[in-house]
Amino acid sequence: MQRSFIAKNPSVLIFLACLALFTLIVTVLSEGLGLGMISTSFIKTLGKTLCLCLIAVAMDLIWGFTGILSLGHFAFFGLGGYMIGMWLMYERTRLIVVESLSQAEIPPTSSEVVDAIGNQIFGVVGASEFPLIWAFADSLFLQLLLVVLVPGLLALVFGWLAFRSRVTGVYLSILTQAMTLALALYLFQNDSGLRGNNGLSGLQNLPGVEASQDVVSLWFLWASALALGLGYLLAAWVVSGKFGSVIRGIRDNEARVRFLGYSVETYKLMIFTLTACIAAIAGALYYPQAGIINPAEIAPIASIYLAVWVAIGGRGRLYGAVIGAAFVSLLSTWFTGGQAPDIPLGFYTIKWVDWWLVLLGLSFVAVTLFAPKGMGGLVDLWTQARAPNRHGADLGPDDSALREQEASK
Amino acid sequence: MLRLFLASLALLLSCVTASAEEGAIQPLLQEHREVIAKSSRKTIGPAIDAIANSSLPQAQTMLETWAAKSMWMRKSDGRFFVGEKADSKNYRLIDFDTGEVVGTFPKKELKQLKPNSGVRALIGTALVQFQLLDEDRAKRQAALTSIQRDPEAALLTPLRASIEQEPDAGLKAQKQRLERLLTIGYDADPAARIAAIEEMSGDLGVDVRATLNPLVATTRDVTPGAVPEGVNVAANLTPGEEGFSEAEAYDLLVTKGFAPARVTPDEVRLALAENIEGGTVGGVPVAQLDKDDARVRAYAALAEAGTVSPLVNPADIQAALAAHAFFETYAEPIVEVTTAAQDALDNIALKVGVNQTLDLTLDALSLASIYFLAAIGLAITFGVMGVINMAHGEFIMMGAYTGYVVQQIIPDHTVSIIVAIPLAFAVTFAAGVAMERLVIRWLYARPLETLLATFGISIALQQLAKNIFGTQARPLTAPGWLDGAWVLNDVVSISYIRIAIFILALIFLGVFLFIMKRTRLGLETRAVTQNPAMAASMGINPGRVNMLTFGLGSGIAGIAGVAIGLFAKVTSELGSDYIVQSFMTVVVGGVGNIWGTLAGATMIGFLQKGIEWLNPSNTLAAQTYMIVFIIIFIQFRPRGIIALKGRAAGD
Repeated sequence: MQRSFIAKNPSVLIFLACLALFTLIVTVLSEGLGLGMISTSFIKTLGKTLCLCLIAVAMDLIWGFTGILSLGHFAFFGLGGYMIGMWLMYERTRLIVVESLSQAEIPPTSSEVVDAIGNQIFGVVGASEFPLIWAFADSLFLQLLLVVLVPGLLALVFGWLAFRSRVTGVYLSILTQAMTLALALYLFQNDSGLRGNNGLSGLQNLPGVEASQDVVSLWFLWASALALGLGYLLAAWVVSGKFGSVIRGIRDNEARVRFLGYSVETYKLMIFTLTACIAAIAGALYYPQAGIINPAEIAPIASIYLAVWVAIGGRGRLYGAVIGAAFVSLLSTWFTGGQAPDIPLGFYTIKWVDWWLVLLGLSFVAVTLFAPKGMGGLVDLWTQARAPNRHGADLGPDDSALREQEASK
Repeated sequence: MLRLFLASLALLLSCVTASAEEGAIQPLLQEHREVIAKSSRKTIGPAIDAIANSSLPQAQTMLETWAAKSMWMRKSDGRFFVGEKADSKNYRLIDFDTGEVVGTFPKKELKQLKPNSGVRALIGTALVQFQLLDEDRAKRQAALTSIQRDPEAALLTPLRASIEQEPDAGLKAQKQRLERLLTIGYDADPAARIAAIEEMSGDLGVDVRATLNPLVATTRDVTPGAVPEGVNVAANLTPGEEGFSEAEAYDLLVTKGFAPARVTPDEVRLALAENIEGGTVGGVPVAQLDKDDARVRAYAALAEAGTVSPLVNPADIQAALAAHAFFETYAEPIVEVTTAAQDALDNIALKVGVNQTLDLTLDALSLASIYFLAAIGLAITFGVMGVINMAHGEFIMMGAYTGYVVQQIIPDHTVSIIVAIPLAFAVTFAAGVAMERLVIRWLYARPLETLLATFGISIALQQLAKNIFGTQARPLTAPGWLDGAWVLNDVVSISYIRIAIFILALIFLGVFLFIMKRTRLGLETRAVTQNPAMAASMGINPGRVNMLTFGLGSGIAGIAGVAIGLFAKVTSELGSDYIVQSFMTVVVGGVGNIWGTLAGATMIGFLQKGIEWLNPSNTLAAQTYMIVFIIIFIQFRPRGIIALKGRAAGD
């Protein structure tokens, strides 16, 4: 009965092994430390993809396992990026400012340094004062804490409000989308204190680090891989225990779980906040690799793409989310980067830069209609471990027949 | 002596040959020949006045000729003529009085009069009185406009004189109004000004406020001791009170020269840098100067040595502030006038406030009708059928592009709109039916997946529109009769397009109610929505009804697209700009009830305009706060403003 966690979840071990192997191979082939067969920019792409896989794991927890289609997780992702970006930008500007002020005959006072940093950072939005939200920007530790605290707190407050009033299903999706939109619109303002639509830039330069980008990109790749590994482990542990059973129960029939005496709202709130924190950590690792963050990254469309990745990869299984995010985002980079060959039809040439989104949209519809299990379903086929077919008659338009509904899940 | 002789000769001549010389302008010009030839702004006044007041019919032509630099003086006898270029070296001269050509003269025998801009302005002012009485209505209008743009004391008299004879009633009213305004600004008699101010009090015109505001404009001033007599004081100021900080007060003292300027931290730093001697400044090592107190010590040492001006310490500032009286003065010296003007402005401000509220209400209504239009299709597909259609925004976009394409084929805007509306309905109806048949039908039991699938369609459609029409905005031009605005007064106005959209929204409301309550389709839709199995057993075909209902909702979105395209630029992102707000509208209003959608649109419209009014510079903030408000609102009424009760609520 008391089998170990690994024994119960062999897929976790396989996944971690694959991840470690991948990281090792990339390191060996890298420009910075290895053979130089993979360019630094591609290493950054791979590192960013790992971060996207991590947020996809979070999305799978909240959607695939708990049944809450949150269209707001990219907002947490972006907030995490903003929090780390504030420190990176402040510290780097401080180094530059101190360097330039030390040329002066009179050594600068600390308030002069802060004023000069403020001028440098907020000059683009016509301000020079530090807003209140930058109060901790000079401390890496506090700012790292904020990476988790700010999105976590936002998720806690929003989730408490939303779950308390029993907003469920598509209503909750729309509400989370509205939250994301509100946040993006707020950040777009110049007086939001985060440089409006200029966003935070120059994040790829680590302050005080002399190493070249070739090496720094590898560090970030390792950090992202580590975060993904830990995040995956945490997610697997969460869904494997009793907690996991309860949230799956909430997904399948919320009312029944509530009648059994579980506090559905608390469970939902916990998982919502937890996934928000995971998303924020992913964002804090992603944006230093991307180099720039601006409010357009938070727009509701990004969160919907996240849902697309998870759906294509396969909901309700953690490796499905990872596969989906990696596959779709890398494919997307390939198509939109102009690397995919054009298809000449004689009368018209299909340029993938233009047609990729059409293809993605339509294949997404196809996946939803014909392969609800996504790419993860292929694994089922391969292991011959398909669940017994319990489907009865076709589901009618009437969803009042609960047995039928269960069958579809 | 000679002049007297000439004058008497002229008198004699005028008696003898009355017909030839009477009403001639040339003698008048000769009388002022020197100043005219000199053309200096300082001395030209009497000459222009004399000409303008001569009541000669030629005076206007003469002044216009002069201002246009085509008046020439014959050097031989000093007489003035209109000069026209005959050829490169010769000019043809025309007499002012007779209008006849006097002859052609070489250029070197003539002198062209080139009045400078100052003189031309004086001539322009003198000309206004002629233009005010001109026979051409357009010229009189132009004269009035020029007075409005550039009012002057000198224009008051000619304006008053011209009112009596004004034949056109509209212009007469304008002239009377302008006369009142000029009286306020420039009349010599304070009583007349106050009377005029009281008369115009409560008028909403921007021009009235523009006239009154300079009267009550204040400047801050300071004086040692008590406020002098004879100054029209608006308010006495105490440093440190609201809106007048001690720093501001001291800066005022400095600019007026009553106190020494403060030494700013920057100046301290520069002074210290200049006085480094052997690694120390004033006895303080340079390395220690990264603290403020060390800098102050070093600077004080320098000041003691006399190399720099001393710091102004807070006690000095307080003493200086206490020793002076601060006050605000009006530029206008007469107290009664400023009091009357202030009263009138207060009165106007109240009225403007009332009218702004009205204007805001109209704006909010118009925004509400736009949201309603965008959301009414959703009220059918989402509200009645419960299908989440994320591609709804793209149907709106398709409607707008349909309008654009029709306009490319039919150039007449009115006809093209009339064609575009049913065509947009047809296109989006077809698209909606196709989507329902191909995708949504399979997902009725899985609402979350409907959301995702329709989202996939939405990005595909958006990219498709980008591929076909490009990324730049396409114009959808409204017919000419929808241009312009309905202007109630200077504060309240609303464009005709917005009125048209409001009416369109009302029509849609009516159509929706009619279809849902009075037609077979509406009955069947409601039946299928409530219980598909029961409806099917009653002989209704649920598949067909769902298809038609979905098509109807999509078609209405298409028509809304045409309407929205009329005032917004048509881009592939047009739909996604409205989709979240549309869902908000339906959710806030209450799903499944058209009155709820109406209430939701009204609430969101008024709310957004209200927040914009509180913070006018920032529409982004308004949208942010509105969404936050909606999220909180849903806490208290999770089912919307108008919630369905009983069985219809489902669950």
